[in-house]
Amino acid sequence: MKGNYGWGLPVAASTFAGPIDFGIKLIHAAMFAIFILWAIFFAYLLLRYRRREGRSAQAGYESPLKSLIPDFFVLVFEIALIVFYAIPNWHRIKIAGPSPDTALVVELVAEQFAWNFQYPGPDGKFGRRDVQFIEPANPIGLDPQDPAGKDDITTVNELHVPLGKPTILNMSSKDVIHSFFVPEFRVKQDIVPGMKISLWFEPTLAGRFEIGCAQLCGVAHSMMRGDAYVHTPSEYEAWLKAQSGQAPATTAANAATGNSNGSSTF
Amino acid sequence: MAVPHSEPRSSEHGSGFIDKYVFSVDHKVIGLQYFFTSCFFLIVGFAMIMLLRWQLAFPGQPLPLIGRLLPMTWAPDGILMPEFYNQLGAMHGTIMVFLGIVPLGVGAFGNYILPLQIGAPDMAFPRLNMMSYWLYLPGGMLMLLSFVLPGGAAQSGWTSYAPLAIVNPGQTVWLLAMVVIITSSLLGAVNFIVTTLNMRAAGLTLGRLPIFVWAQLVTAILLLLAFPPLEAAAVLQLMDRIAGTSFYLPAGLVVAGESLKVAGGGQPLLWQHLFWFLAHPEVYVLILPSMGIVAEIIANGTRKPIFGYTEIVASMIFIGAMSFIVWAHHMFLSGMSPRLSNFFLVTTMIISVPSVAVLTCLVWSLKGGSIRFTTPMLFSLAFLPLFGIGGLTGLPLGLTVTDIYLHDTYYVIGHFHYVVVTGTIIALMGGTYYWFPKWFGKQLNDFWGKIHFWGTAICMNGIFFPMFIQGLAGVQRRLYDPTAQLHNLSTQPLNVVSSVSAWLLFLFQIPFLVNIVYTIFKGKRCEENPWRATTLEWACASPPPHGNFERPPRVYRGPYEYSTPRAREDWTPQHVPS
Repeated sequence: MKGNYGWGLPVAASTFAGPIDFGIKLIHAAMFAIFILWAIFFAYLLLRYRRREGRSAQAGYESPLKSLIPDFFVLVFEIALIVFYAIPNWHRIKIAGPSPDTALVVELVAEQFAWNFQYPGPDGKFGRRDVQFIEPANPIGLDPQDPAGKDDITTVNELHVPLGKPTILNMSSKDVIHSFFVPEFRVKQDIVPGMKISLWFEPTLAGRFEIGCAQLCGVAHSMMRGDAYVHTPSEYEAWLKAQSGQAPATTAANAATGNSNGSSTF
Repeated sequence: MAVPHSEPRSSEHGSGFIDKYVFSVDHKVIGLQYFFTSCFFLIVGFAMIMLLRWQLAFPGQPLPLIGRLLPMTWAPDGILMPEFYNQLGAMHGTIMVFLGIVPLGVGAFGNYILPLQIGAPDMAFPRLNMMSYWLYLPGGMLMLLSFVLPGGAAQSGWTSYAPLAIVNPGQTVWLLAMVVIITSSLLGAVNFIVTTLNMRAAGLTLGRLPIFVWAQLVTAILLLLAFPPLEAAAVLQLMDRIAGTSFYLPAGLVVAGESLKVAGGGQPLLWQHLFWFLAHPEVYVLILPSMGIVAEIIANGTRKPIFGYTEIVASMIFIGAMSFIVWAHHMFLSGMSPRLSNFFLVTTMIISVPSVAVLTCLVWSLKGGSIRFTTPMLFSLAFLPLFGIGGLTGLPLGLTVTDIYLHDTYYVIGHFHYVVVTGTIIALMGGTYYWFPKWFGKQLNDFWGKIHFWGTAICMNGIFFPMFIQGLAGVQRRLYDPTAQLHNLSTQPLNVVSSVSAWLLFLFQIPFLVNIVYTIFKGKRCEENPWRATTLEWACASPPPHGNFERPPRVYRGPYEYSTPRAREDWTPQHVPS
């Protein structure tokens, strides 16, 4: 895991890390080129037009048209970036997203200073949550009466997902704004209390990756970290089975309420 | 329209010390009051970040020397508490922006230079001007005082995002102080606009205004239109804190295991929209006066007219107008609808073009010049590439897709510090060297000025350049202990580089401060117009007496008539008949 990080971009481990990195590299190459060319011109001007005896400044007002050339190139470059890069990729990453039918759906409840994950368990249904049930042993406020929640798996600061299919995180916060950030996946999204905000990613590498909070959330903001484990599908099934084994006896079959996604406020 | 000069104000000017130097209505005295007060706040804000940077460079280690002197609630055994760390971070941003740079760029330089450059005897509303300062000073003191009040200073970042700011201690005084400071800025803004439009000397048409005046005018309009929403927003947040309202609070919050007893129904994102609606124009409030200063100095130091006067002025006005519709590029990942982002992406890319235009014109102005490498010129020339880095690195942040990764990392900190520190502060330092002879009739020592320049320019880069590398490695902002997360470890040595550079930067400010104090008291008188400058502020004595000009000046030409063909000298002042 430590080998993922260096002085440049961390290892890329999701399907949209590619386009994001492409943009970052392209823009930095362009920035570097612009700056170098510009610096050479700047240095030339300073040297060529330094004060010298017997030569005075030329007061001529040149037509400013020539000076519009750099503006024009910047404009063209930026329009190209917007049309061919930013809008389509933004749509793909932040607007479209995969269908919940083909993805793993996990609920995330952020709090000062932990990440709580809720999996639906074998019945595929999330138990109802409500703030009135929140207590130290039940940090996400799972309704003990809701049969759909009996087999739910909850983890703290550990996200387990399979390779080869997208994961959708439905995120909410109990207290203040947090921001879910996994450097290797190139994902980041603020989690605002009172809102349900979704985020998705599809891992391309198995392994353990770091979850960090990217929005100041209080005194222990820097300690608010977790791990994202990407398993091969069979490993993931094994993990799921092991977790379900520990969960209370499943009553999924009679989950008559059909309340797959509680009416809770968070 | 220019109005005839009248003399009634000089009679208001008392001769006692209090009237003359404390409750003065003279724009020059108020300007200097702003200058020294804002320098004080800049030093305080800098001191805070020097403390904070110890924790970043050497997390959890006791602060040497001064650590033991700090109170137990701040740094027990010299080790910074996370609460104190967050207070330092929030207050550094607040103080630098609202109490340091804006009052220096607008309150000090604007107040002193603008009326002189337009040939006016004073500001349009001298008493309002005095009131601006006397709101600013207590507002700033209240902000500082919050450190020693129960609960300490604000610790939710200078952005004060709800709900964190509402549930965190220290925020109430921050909000009260902000309301006072904003009121001060609003009064100043009204005054600047009226003065520029109504008090110009005969013959000083808008097209003959120095670029510095244009920059101040656009800045004042931005302040006037952008600050009221933040003032209202701050009052709403204050109500959320002390009156149990829920403007920014949804129902059902559970903070530290306790259910929050509020009505709910509020929206945390509302604060962000109101805050950034101010705070993005604020960026241009920070940078426009500096662009104005750089333009003045470059025209003077190259001995030729500034290139593309109209283009620069038009760009500044365009920037000012556009700056009101780019705010949500700070919020691409905030949870607002991602469809909205495309609009702000486009406006953000558009606003970058006039900034490029201004920079291009300033660089092009060097062409054909006879460049003098005086101390103010060195600062102004350094502004160009360094502000350029700040502008360029805004590109991957303003672009939605790349911002997903770079948002809220050190890349952002590097970017805006290149704009505000190596851009604005460098220019303000240059302006200090340039106008010091105007303020005191004495010139700052050139040798120490150059030492100050080189030390400052190098150290500033040493602080902020490593932040781009950290940002690309994914290091988040506002981490009390960067070593608590694995992905931040590889670039941790860069935190040491930044911190050491910051402490060295402080050392290089000592010659500057000594130079200022020494020259005021011991410096020799210099010429009235040592830079041989053309603009009107040099058409009166240095320092100007109360009422400024002996006779109301009359303007015959544009602001930068340097090296005019067939002229006797390489400068033809605006007020000299041909």
